[in-house]
Amino acid sequence: MADTVGAILLTGITLYAVLGGADFGAGLWDLLAGGEQRGRPVRQLIDEAITPVWEANHVWLIFDLVVFWTAFPRAFAAVMTTVALPLWLALAGIVLRGSGFAFRDQIEQPMFKRAAGTAFALSSLVTPFFMGTVVGAVATGHIRADGARANVEAWSNPTAVLAGSLFVVACAYLAAVYLTRQAERRNDRRLRRYFALRARSAGVGAAALSVSLLAALHGSNHALYARLTGRALPLVIVAALCGLVTFTAISVAPARRLRDIAAIGVAAVIWGWGVAQYPHLLPATSVTLSNAGAPHDTLAALLVVFAAALVLVVPSGVLLFSLQERQVLQVRGTLWHPDGSEPGTSPRSVPADGPHPDTVLSSGAVARWRRRRST
Amino acid sequence: MTGEVRHTIATSVIGAVMPARAQMASTLGFHIILACFGTAFPAIVLLAEFIGLRRHDETAMRLARRWSQVMGVLVAVGAVTGTVLSFEMGLLWPGLMREYGAVLGLPFGVEGIFFFLEAIFTAIYLYGWQRVPGWAHWASGLPIALSGIFGAMSVVAVNGWMNQPGGFTERAGRIVAVHPWQVFFNHAAAYEMPHMILAAYMVTGFTVAGVYATGILRGRRDRYHSYGFAVAFVPAALLTPLQLLVGDSAARAISHDQPVKFAAMEYVTNSSKHVPEWLGGVMLNGHIYGGIKIPDLDSLLVGFSSKARVTGLTSVAPADRPPVAWLIHLCFDAMIGLGTVLLLLGLWAGYEWWRRRRLPLHRVFWFVGAASGVAAICAMEAGWVVTEVGRQPWVVYRLQTTAQAATTSGGVTTSLSFVIVLYAVLGTATILVLRALARRWHLRDRDEPVVPYAPRTGPPTEEAAA
Repeated sequence: MADTVGAILLTGITLYAVLGGADFGAGLWDLLAGGEQRGRPVRQLIDEAITPVWEANHVWLIFDLVVFWTAFPRAFAAVMTTVALPLWLALAGIVLRGSGFAFRDQIEQPMFKRAAGTAFALSSLVTPFFMGTVVGAVATGHIRADGARANVEAWSNPTAVLAGSLFVVACAYLAAVYLTRQAERRNDRRLRRYFALRARSAGVGAAALSVSLLAALHGSNHALYARLTGRALPLVIVAALCGLVTFTAISVAPARRLRDIAAIGVAAVIWGWGVAQYPHLLPATSVTLSNAGAPHDTLAALLVVFAAALVLVVPSGVLLFSLQERQVLQVRGTLWHPDGSEPGTSPRSVPADGPHPDTVLSSGAVARWRRRRST
Repeated sequence: MTGEVRHTIATSVIGAVMPARAQMASTLGFHIILACFGTAFPAIVLLAEFIGLRRHDETAMRLARRWSQVMGVLVAVGAVTGTVLSFEMGLLWPGLMREYGAVLGLPFGVEGIFFFLEAIFTAIYLYGWQRVPGWAHWASGLPIALSGIFGAMSVVAVNGWMNQPGGFTERAGRIVAVHPWQVFFNHAAAYEMPHMILAAYMVTGFTVAGVYATGILRGRRDRYHSYGFAVAFVPAALLTPLQLLVGDSAARAISHDQPVKFAAMEYVTNSSKHVPEWLGGVMLNGHIYGGIKIPDLDSLLVGFSSKARVTGLTSVAPADRPPVAWLIHLCFDAMIGLGTVLLLLGLWAGYEWWRRRRLPLHRVFWFVGAASGVAAICAMEAGWVVTEVGRQPWVVYRLQTTAQAATTSGGVTTSLSFVIVLYAVLGTATILVLRALARRWHLRDRDEPVVPYAPRTGPPTEEAAA
């Protein structure tokens, strides 16, 4: 039972990484998009891609926290006490990212708009990094079972810092692959090339960091290293293959398939970590999934909650993503306007042969929209 | 556990408890306003859209559309401030989570499902305004309104459980069995859940109405502003009497469930019969300064008889009494006082509607109406002070003290300072962004005024202009 709940927790972490992680990565590309003029098309693409989905993706983090503290309360308390500082910093990043992103869409004054945008972009760097160091602290066995004091060494050791950097680059990699797909859907060749190039370079960076992390684990937690190259090896190979396929094919193959392959690659890394650590929840301690677990009733109730979540959330989530994929959700056409204009107030008020609501947009957006429709 | 042992624990971590409580209070106090909007605003937006679709009413449609834009901002800020609270459960109160995480985590898990649904359908609703046809769009908002209510129930279930813990078996300091239904529907949940959900609707309704009442006071007596006021004010005013009834029975239940909290709320020093009711007044060192004393009324309210016995503060050791009884009492009085004012405001509007089929014209009505949002927020915050400070020194009533739950990691004073600065910026930014939106709309409406009660001809003005 505890193993099943452990698998649910790892699934939640995987979903947060491949969905929420990409939103952070998009923030990084926003940060690196260059000056206001040059970066505008990139930022618009990023806006379109993450505005409707980031909140739903973010809920996976809440889900993971809740499963962690409900199923494994003692380990949760130890982690939250030992590495409180990086968690506070990641949290500050979450607050600034979400609010900065929401405000950026609504502010008109260029100065404040830029400030909100910067808060969004910079915190997209901060949050994955510190979350990565926390995972690094767990993986290197720095969390004591009864951890009651803060431990800076736990998350600032080379392995943890490498893990943090890997998180940042992996988020950027995922985002670049997803944004390649987004550009492909818009038939924007220039942006497709732009993000394909970035997906490749981030992929190389992630591969290099993964190898160095593995090397660092050789010294800092040899048992984990041995299992990663032992029983978790198939997953490591899957991760490497997915990365390789994405790297070679991103310029030519349909990005829609590659998006899934890239996500599977990242998922394989996370499951590799999980398999290598199993059955330990906190490596280098005696805390395992089964002995850190809550009573049987709690775990059973969590399984019911998870089943209910699958039944209710998965179809809704699929609906959201398919509406986004079919471009029914209009980020640009409704809430965000470069010229501050407001489209028609009523969905009904649009006469069938009358002016299309998109005509209230700036001429550039209309041209883009026409291009989309004609293809 | 004896008072002495607790005292030692308290002194060893006293450094963390006060800043941790201050931080929890400020972040929860901030988030709860957004949570109210998350719970109730979708329903009010849907009400406006319903009227708009049903009556082909352009004004109502425009309100719904603009309100959903406000909703988008508030939901985003609420999502991140809610995340802060999730982290703080572990970062500030690891002791609580270590001992009882397996119990109180379950309602949070249920809340997670509704949070998902809320986030997903909010996105569909907000960004579907253009392409999703009328009633389908309206229906896509229903799951948001429902999950707001169920999500609020789940979170309040946790707070209810902390007030009336139960539904688990503890053996040798470890939880060995949990009964999820009893945890979720604990004894306090019966009154805390409706109290909070009604409060959410009142806060949202009166705040939105207050915005339009301010506009009307500034001379914008047009259909748009009257509509904006009425669509938000009517549900809030209708629910207010219900809230007073729920609150009254909640207070009576607390006099049984948590008699010491109740004693602090009502300044009951010694357990006795013929207990007077104090309105206002400050209790210091056992003396009550100022305030109005109404003989026997407290006994009457608790047991419907002046001979009803009410438990006093002295029934437990000083260490087990909540601190600052005056704060608890004054907040309790403020909540009831403000609730009563809101009730009278609704009655005034109801009377005017009954006699003359219109909203009151008197300026006093609109002044109070403009302040009604702030009043509702203050009442709700005061209520949280009563229940949270009134439970002290316990975090889980009679099982775990707040000091035992607090973190031993250190640095809470630092995080508290950062949080205060960050939230000050966040709160200011949210208000400024919303004001900027309102200004933009106002400028547009001034250029293209909404003609009062004019039949709609042709496409709406904004599209024609564009």
